[in-house]
Amino acid sequence: MHPAPSVIFFSTFSGLGFGLLIFLGLGMPAVTGLSAFAFFAIAYVLAVGGLISSTFHLGRPERALKAFSQWRTSWLSREAWCAVAALILMALYGAGLVFFDQRWTLLGLLGAAASLGTVFTTSMIYAQLKTVPRWNSPLTPANFLSICIAGGALMSGQVTWAIVLLLLAGGIQIATWMRGDTAFADSGTDMATATGLGSIGTVRAFEPPHTGTNYLLREFVYVIGRKHALKLRIIAISLMVILPVFFLLLSFNHWLGLLAALAHITGVFAARWLFFAQAEHVVGLYYGKR
Amino acid sequence: MTQLPTQTTKKLGLVIDLDTCVGCHACVISCKGWNTENYGAPLSDQDAYGADPSGTFLNRVHSYEVQPTQGDAQLVHFPKSCLHCEDAPCVTVCPTGASYKRVEDGIVLVNEIDCIGCGLCAWACPYGARELDAAEGVMKKCTLCVDRIYNENLPEIDRTPSCVRTCPSNARHFGDLGDPDSDVSKLVAERGGIDLMPEQGTKPVNKYLPPRPKDQLAQSDEQIDILAPFLDPVATEAKGFLSWLDKTLEKL
Repeated sequence: MHPAPSVIFFSTFSGLGFGLLIFLGLGMPAVTGLSAFAFFAIAYVLAVGGLISSTFHLGRPERALKAFSQWRTSWLSREAWCAVAALILMALYGAGLVFFDQRWTLLGLLGAAASLGTVFTTSMIYAQLKTVPRWNSPLTPANFLSICIAGGALMSGQVTWAIVLLLLAGGIQIATWMRGDTAFADSGTDMATATGLGSIGTVRAFEPPHTGTNYLLREFVYVIGRKHALKLRIIAISLMVILPVFFLLLSFNHWLGLLAALAHITGVFAARWLFFAQAEHVVGLYYGKR
Repeated sequence: MTQLPTQTTKKLGLVIDLDTCVGCHACVISCKGWNTENYGAPLSDQDAYGADPSGTFLNRVHSYEVQPTQGDAQLVHFPKSCLHCEDAPCVTVCPTGASYKRVEDGIVLVNEIDCIGCGLCAWACPYGARELDAAEGVMKKCTLCVDRIYNENLPEIDRTPSCVRTCPSNARHFGDLGDPDSDVSKLVAERGGIDLMPEQGTKPVNKYLPPRPKDQLAQSDEQIDILAPFLDPVATEAKGFLSWLDKTLEKL
């Protein structure tokens, strides 16, 4: 799958922003006034910035509001609803903390649930696709959610939670990679079923439909960087989990916390790039490509 | 609405005969012509006369070589367009309701004024039947020439999809696959028509008729492909930033 920068930015930063909102909604840390304002500002910049960047990959962004209409069947539509609900609930909750020195607990819990729901619906957009066997697994939402809450714990300064959740996210990430590596072969879709010619013999793509490229090849067949996948995985897991945990174990101060957060974000970014670049869509089979 | 109908009155679709398709691409051209000039946004081309041309097509013809365990390889031309699936995954993922499946005839269509061009339907389609038009920013797909098949301004003989009308070898057939007595259903029964990627669970309406066995060529041990060794790729190294990145990662 083509790793569109807008979608990688979106899922990395909005995941982190919603993760921070989850912890703020749970009252961890229990801030009010100006420091609450700072925390909420960071969370909103990340979450909203990510959401805005996701509209850059639309062909017709001016019609984006129509995406709220099909929540009955579409995970993308459900994601839109969850995101708006989370942002409104958390804005009210945050206003209480910042301006009135009041903690409206129920509102915070609902906002945290909607934030978690947003990341879950995002992950289901990918997990629902049978056409991309690497994504079509419960490990995809587990992967997105565990990274989201680990990042949230890190951003909100919950050191113990952050260490535990980062290690959990790392474990789920490795499991996701291991399952993903055999997913295409396990899906049962190959050139024989794609063409229906398998009963005659071994099928080989002889001539593509055209000499140039097309939308399908640009969007779904992306092979650049796969040969470095193992190295990039090691880089990703080191930056995302190992380095932040090391910094947090050293002793907590804000500079080490910042370094841990920066390493984590870079690592998630690399992991999210691999999530797209390594994913293979079954349509590539028609072109004899993966 | 993106909820799929539980059943449709008719199941209009195509039957494609892989035995008689000669790979002339006439269906590709007539499809592009009709669908550029008629219903919906035109099918645009980018850099059409330049070094790197590409464009939107609703129907494309692939060619495959099939090598049996014994005997000669067979070349199969393979036209592919939307299969108008009963369980169309492209419809349910649509966030705006632009994609829908018609209750009356089962045709899967895109209402272009509602399409935001998110591309998710193309991700959900295993067959590559949907292409986002680079000029218009909306999703394009085969309409089964909905503006021909019911069009009373056309002579009756022309009220079939453009690809079917054009095919010089009669490799494409159009009809109601929900009616077991229709010509297309009989053809599918007689020739053992198959579904593409049945394991994807899409229940495609379009069927493919597998090629029949070919005559045997005389067996020969003589190497006839003398040019192949000279045709290995010559430029395999990346340049510029990618080359630097490649080398840096290689050194790690």
